[in-house]
Amino acid sequence: MKLKRDSAAVNSEMIRKPIQRWAPLFLIPMVASFLIGFVWPFFHGLFLSFCKFRTTSDWEWIGIDNYGKALTDESFMYSFGFTAIFAVVSLVLINVFAFAVAYALTQKIKGANLFRTVFFMPNLIGGIVLGYIWSMIFDGFLSYYQTSILMDTELGFWGLIILTCWQQIGYMMIIYIAGLQAVPEDMLEAAKIDGASAMQTLFKVTIPNVMPSITICTFLSLTNGFKLFDQNLALTGGSPYIINPDGTSIHTTEMLALNIYQTFYGQNTASRGVAQAKAVLFFILVAGLALAQLSATRKKEVQQ
Amino acid sequence: MKKLFAVLMALVMVLSFAACGQDDEPSVYWLNFKPESDEALKEIAEMYTAETGIPVEIVTAASGTYSETLTAEMDKANAPTIFVVSPNGVPTWGDYCLDLTGTPIANELATDAYNVYDGDKLVSIGYCYECYGIIVNNALLKKAGHDVSEITNFDSLKAVVEDITANKDTLGFSAFTSAGMDGSSSWRFTGHLINLEYVHEYRDNPEAWGNGAYGPAELTGDYMDNFKALYDLMVENSTTDRKELATGGFDAAAEFANGEAAFYCNGNWEFQGLLDKGMNAEDLYMIPYYSGIEGEEKAGLNCGTENYWAINGKASQADIDATMDFLVWLVTDAEASEKAVTTFGVMPYKSAAESTNRFLAQANAYLADGCYNFAWVTNYQPNVDAYRETAVNALNAYNADPSDANWATVVTAFIDGWAVQYAAANG
Repeated sequence: MKLKRDSAAVNSEMIRKPIQRWAPLFLIPMVASFLIGFVWPFFHGLFLSFCKFRTTSDWEWIGIDNYGKALTDESFMYSFGFTAIFAVVSLVLINVFAFAVAYALTQKIKGANLFRTVFFMPNLIGGIVLGYIWSMIFDGFLSYYQTSILMDTELGFWGLIILTCWQQIGYMMIIYIAGLQAVPEDMLEAAKIDGASAMQTLFKVTIPNVMPSITICTFLSLTNGFKLFDQNLALTGGSPYIINPDGTSIHTTEMLALNIYQTFYGQNTASRGVAQAKAVLFFILVAGLALAQLSATRKKEVQQ
Repeated sequence: MKKLFAVLMALVMVLSFAACGQDDEPSVYWLNFKPESDEALKEIAEMYTAETGIPVEIVTAASGTYSETLTAEMDKANAPTIFVVSPNGVPTWGDYCLDLTGTPIANELATDAYNVYDGDKLVSIGYCYECYGIIVNNALLKKAGHDVSEITNFDSLKAVVEDITANKDTLGFSAFTSAGMDGSSSWRFTGHLINLEYVHEYRDNPEAWGNGAYGPAELTGDYMDNFKALYDLMVENSTTDRKELATGGFDAAAEFANGEAAFYCNGNWEFQGLLDKGMNAEDLYMIPYYSGIEGEEKAGLNCGTENYWAINGKASQADIDATMDFLVWLVTDAEASEKAVTTFGVMPYKSAAESTNRFLAQANAYLADGCYNFAWVTNYQPNVDAYRETAVNALNAYNADPSDANWATVVTAFIDGWAVQYAAANG
């Protein structure tokens, strides 16, 4: 940047210098809250996963025992499988529907703005509230067949899928709309002149151009699927259980985050370290998936 | 860069001063377990502060989240000085409890029936006790041509209940209120009704239960048929189809108060609420869990408590002393103890105010008649939340399809589930 001689200009040396000097001061609030709210708890949590503890300041080092217990926990493995299936199904459904809705709402139809607002609104409701509202809706309907969302694993699974789709399609839709609006008009026009059909235009021009949006949305919906907690807690709470003859039980609609929570609070403090170890494994899993997915989709993005 | 460091250091200093800046003034912090008592306790706290100048903070954990709240609060520099430790909380919190043996507050106790020990250490003391059983609306029984005095065992209970069901349409009410299985109601069965199984096992073999000091590693399940008999009677003669119970959302208290059902499974804490809903005190009776066990004509109500005071032994001596003074004042001061007894029902302390709760009076009348008490050995349920949730799931499946196979699962959940959770909690 070329410095202006005029000392009153915004980028003049006289004004820029003190700002540069004091910049760290202005960074402190953000850096401090990041350190206090994220970095410190993260490393403390990592540390506690190697401990037996009651409160976070009252611990005893026991090494990797917790990880052994977490990995041999049948319910944790079940939750992993259930969550994986859930994440894949919700990823596909959310993105297909969100893209379709976004595509429809960018086709200059009447009331598009109203529709966008309405579709986005479920996102503004908290997960616990949504879970209870939908459990009432589902049970109101299912009681007609004398059953309940709590009675059947399949019902619970699809209930969670419907709820998650309903909540997240609107959000992803907004991202897709932004992407679709950024597709260059001249490219679409050129395709039209070259005689491309609507389908060809969609798959050969539009979709490659919205790849950045697709990256973001698949990334978000995949991690959201894995991290789902409040909706799971409020809608099914893990019910129904399969009760094994030896008295142990498998919570058939319990996802990973809820499994960790139940391990932490549902049982004696001996299992808090195990819950913490599960949480660390959970973090590695989600972070790994997200990074892999990000690098895979990045390669497909077109350079404009 | 130097300046940045200077600023950072200054910030750290300010923060650490703030942390050190805690006053050494004695104060009391009670992490309350009973949401329904929150308001009354806050009034009591204000009375005490006005009288002595010592600040008393009352924080109430939201219903069903005591364990989470206690875990978080205990971590703070200003941790609770009074908190609730019931027998199944001893493995977790025993180390935090001050040994109350011989302390001024322990000397005020009228009975040692509600003390919790960890070895020789008195970790917590009951501050109120409660009773539960089957609440009866005798006005409705009379309407059906019966009286509560007819009911002395399972057979007579069953006869009255089935007679009401047979004439349900002409009478306009059912025998039992709904037995909803959502979180607001399922504890009446997975926590209370199941006590009839535990308490009879305990009576058969008190040694396995440390004579009431702790729970056994395994149960025998000898009385599950009795539990089944009474449970089936309750759900099959009720306002609600048993297949709908899993959904929950029913209001059994309202059904009972509106005269839609004559029997209601619950405890003495409902008394004031039922009067407030317009019921007459003299119509209300509480009868034991009659389930066809031999000699049950001499059964009493389930009396016990899950409300125990523990004092935080890791608090400063000044806070411990202030807390002790506050508790002694609470159970001896006429005005304060009257307020406390109104919200708690009854307090087992020598100088505390008398109780006015009719159900508690009936519980005492049973005992005075020489009936045996159903101690709350249900308090020893290991990993109580996980254990009960499993039982709820088993009962849901059984209610949807009352087959023998599904009943076997209920037995597994209650009996084998106990052993599993016991091992997890104590392993």
